[in-house]
Amino acid sequence: MAHEHALGGHEGQVGHDAHEHHGPPSGIMRWITTTNHKDIGSMYLWFSFIMFLVGGAMAMVIRAELFQPGLQIVSPEFFNQMITLHALIMVFGAIMPAFVGFSNWMIPLMIGASDMAFARMNNWSFWILPVASFLLILSMFVPGGAAGTGWTMYPPLSIQMGMGMDLAIFGIHLLGMSSIMGGINIITTILNMRAPGMTLMKMPMFCWTWLITAFLLIASMPVLAGAVTMLLTDRHFGTSFFNAAGGGDPVLFQHIFWFFGHPEVYIIALPAFGVISQVIPTFSRKPIFGYASMVYAIAAIAIISFFVWAHHMYVTGIPLTGQLYFMYATMIIAVPTGVKVFNWVATMWKGSLSFETPMLFALGFLFMFTLGGFSGLVLSLTAVDVMLQETYYVIAHFHYVMVAGALFSAYAGAYYWLPKWTGYMYDETLGKIHFWLSLIFFNMTFFVQHFLGLAGMPRRVPDYALQFTEFNQISTIGAFGLGISQLLFLYIVLKARKGGKKATAEVWDGAQGLEWTVPSPAPYHTFETPPVFEGHGKH
Amino acid sequence: MSQPASHYFVPQPSHWPIFGSAALLLMANGAVLWMNHIGAGPYLLAAGFCVLLTMLFGWFANVIRESEGGAYGKNVDTSFRWGMSWFIFSEVMFFAAFFGALFYIRVLSVPDLAHGLNAEYLYQSFTSAWPSAGPGFKGEFEHMGAWGLPAINTALLLSSGVTLTWAHHALIKNNRLHLNIGLALTILLGLIFLGLQAEEYSHAYSELNLKLTTGGYGSTFFMLTGFHGFHVCLGATMLIVILIRCLKGHFTPEHHFGFEGVAWYWHFVDVVWLLLFVLVYWL
Repeated sequence: MAHEHALGGHEGQVGHDAHEHHGPPSGIMRWITTTNHKDIGSMYLWFSFIMFLVGGAMAMVIRAELFQPGLQIVSPEFFNQMITLHALIMVFGAIMPAFVGFSNWMIPLMIGASDMAFARMNNWSFWILPVASFLLILSMFVPGGAAGTGWTMYPPLSIQMGMGMDLAIFGIHLLGMSSIMGGINIITTILNMRAPGMTLMKMPMFCWTWLITAFLLIASMPVLAGAVTMLLTDRHFGTSFFNAAGGGDPVLFQHIFWFFGHPEVYIIALPAFGVISQVIPTFSRKPIFGYASMVYAIAAIAIISFFVWAHHMYVTGIPLTGQLYFMYATMIIAVPTGVKVFNWVATMWKGSLSFETPMLFALGFLFMFTLGGFSGLVLSLTAVDVMLQETYYVIAHFHYVMVAGALFSAYAGAYYWLPKWTGYMYDETLGKIHFWLSLIFFNMTFFVQHFLGLAGMPRRVPDYALQFTEFNQISTIGAFGLGISQLLFLYIVLKARKGGKKATAEVWDGAQGLEWTVPSPAPYHTFETPPVFEGHGKH
Repeated sequence: MSQPASHYFVPQPSHWPIFGSAALLLMANGAVLWMNHIGAGPYLLAAGFCVLLTMLFGWFANVIRESEGGAYGKNVDTSFRWGMSWFIFSEVMFFAAFFGALFYIRVLSVPDLAHGLNAEYLYQSFTSAWPSAGPGFKGEFEHMGAWGLPAINTALLLSSGVTLTWAHHALIKNNRLHLNIGLALTILLGLIFLGLQAEEYSHAYSELNLKLTTGGYGSTFFMLTGFHGFHVCLGATMLIVILIRCLKGHFTPEHHFGFEGVAWYWHFVDVVWLLLFVLVYWL
C-alpha cells in the first residue's frame, strides 16, 4: 500500500479539498455544521466541562444539605432529584463526552487517519447531547420535578414519578443514540482507517481501549434503551413488565439495567486506562511494559463485564448459588485489572521519571483508582455487601473510581494533549497546584465516607443521625474545596489558549506516536494522505 | 470514477445533523406532553416528525449524490460495511433486552408468583402457566396461536428473503429487469406482512381480549411483535427508496452497498421474526 502515499491529493470535488481553500464557515455555523474531528472533539470537551460544572453544582447542593443533620436547605424530594440528575449528568454528560472528545481529537492523529470514518454522523452524535441534556435539565421545571429515583431508575418508584421521569427516559434514549453512533464511528475508524503499517498490535494503547469501549457501547446502550422503553410502556400504556400483579417483576428491571450498567462502568474506565497508558510511558521515557498483556487485559475486562451484573443485586433475593457465582465472577475482574496496574508500575520501574502535571494526575489515578478497586473487591463479597449495600461505603467506592479514576485520568489527558491542541504550554505551576488541591480535597470529601458507610449511614437520604455529623462536615468542606479547585482548571485552559510558551511538535521529551509528528497546534487537516507508520523509533 | 483508495472522502460541513437534533428535541418534548395528556403534545410530535423527514430526505439525498458522483472509494465502502454491521449488532442487543424480559417473566417471575410465600399469602388461587397475564389479571383472554396468520407471515418473510436475494443476484449480473421485479416483489411481500399483522392485532384486541394491558403475556407479545413490526416498516421504507434508486438506474454490479446494506437489514429483520415465531407464538 506504500504507493498510495503519492496519490492522495486534491481531486475531490465535494470533500475537504473543496473548502480547504475557503476555510470552514465562520462564526457559530462553523460549529453547528462542522465535519472536522478536531472541531467536534473540542465541542465534546467544552460541553463535557460545562456539564461537569452543572453536575458539580448539584453535588454542592447535596453536600450543603448534608453539612448538618436535619433538613436545612432543600426538601427531601428536591434532594433526591439532585442525586438523580447529578449522577445522570456526570456519567452521560461529563465523563463519557470527555473521553469521546479525546477519542475524536486524538484517534485520527494516532492512527494517521484524515478524519473519523463518518464525519457527518460524528457531528450528529455530538449535537444530540445538548438536546438530551436540555431534556434532563428541563425535567427540574415540570410539575412534580425531575426524576427522584436515583440514576438507576428502579421501579416501582420510577413508575410512580411525574412527567420529569418521562423527560429523563427520552433523554436517556437520545444519549444512547448518540453513544451508539459515536461507538460505531470510533470502531469503524479504528478498524478501517489506520495508516499503512499501523497494525492493530502496534496501535497506541488509547486506541485499543477505545476500540473495546466502542464495542461495549454498541452492545450495552441498546439494552438500557430497551429497559427504559419498558419503563415508559409500564408508565403509560398499561404493560406489566415490572408489575407483579401482571406476572412481571420489578427485579427484572434491575437485571436489565445492570446488564447495561456494569459494562457502563468499563465504558468509563477503559478510556481512562487508555489515557494513563499513554501518559505513564511518556513521562517514564520507556515504552509501556507488557503491551500485549495490556491488550488482552482490556479485552478480558470487557468480556467479563457482561457476566457480573447481579453483584449490584445481592439483596434482591437472588438465590445463594447466584450470589456465589456473581461474587466469584466479580473477583475475577480484579485479575486483568491487576495486570494493568502492575504493568503501569513496571513501566515506571527504572524509567527516567519526571513529574509534570499529566504524570501527577496519572499517579494520582494509579493510587486512588487502585484504592477504589480494592473497596470494590470488598463490596464484591456477598456477605459484606449485605451490610454495606446502600450505604456511603458504596458512594465512597464508586467516587474513587469515577472521580479519582475517570476524572483524574481525563485531567491527565487534558494536560497531556492541551499543548497539541492550543499550540502553547499550559502554566505548569498552576497545573501542579490544581493537582494537589484536587487530590487533597478529593480524599477529604470521599475518604471519610468509607467510615460513614461502615458505621451505617444510608445513601440518598438528606438527613442523618447525629453521630455522623463530624465526618459529614469534613466531607462537605472537602467537596466545596474540590468544586472550587476545578475552576482553576478552566483558568489554566483559557490562559493556555491565549498564549504562553510555544509548544514543539513533540511537546514532551519522551512522547511517542504519530500525533507528536504533526505541528502544535495540530493543523485543521492532518494526514489527508496517510503517513507510512514504521513503528516507534526509540523503542 | 472513484478516487484512489488512499484518499478518504470526508464530507463538507453539513446542516442536516442539526435538523436531526431539532427534530429529536421536538419529538421528545411532544411525546412527553402527549403521554401526559397536555394539548400541544401531538402537534409538537408531528412537527418534529416532519423535521425528521426533511432531515432524512436531505441527508440521504446528499449521500446518494456523493455516491453517484463517485466520491466513495473502496475505503469508504469498507467503512459503510463495518458501520452497517455494528448498527445491526446494536439492534440485536436492543431486541435482546425484550427477549430477556420474555424469558425472565415466563421462566422466573410467573412460576415464582405461584410458589412459596407468594402462593401462601398473596396469590392463593394463582397457578403458574404460560401464557399468563399474572395473578392480578381479572377476566379471560386467549393467546395467539402460531399456525394461523403468524405461520403465513413466516412464509411471507422467508419468501421475501428469497426474492431479495434473487434481486441481488440480478444486480450483480446487471439484469436490471429482474432486479426491479425482485425488489418490487420483496416490498409487496413486506407490505402484505404488515397488513396481516395489523389484521392479527385487531383480531387480538377485538376477539381474543389480548391487549397491551393483558399482563406479562400481553406486554411481551405486543412489545416484541410491535417492535419487530416497526423494523419491518423501516425496512420496507428503505427497500422502497432502493427500488426508486434502481428504477433511476443507480448502482452498478461492483458498487452497490446502498442495496446490500438494506438487504442485510431486511435479512436481520427476517431472522428476528423466526425467533419471534418460535419463542413468542409457537413454544
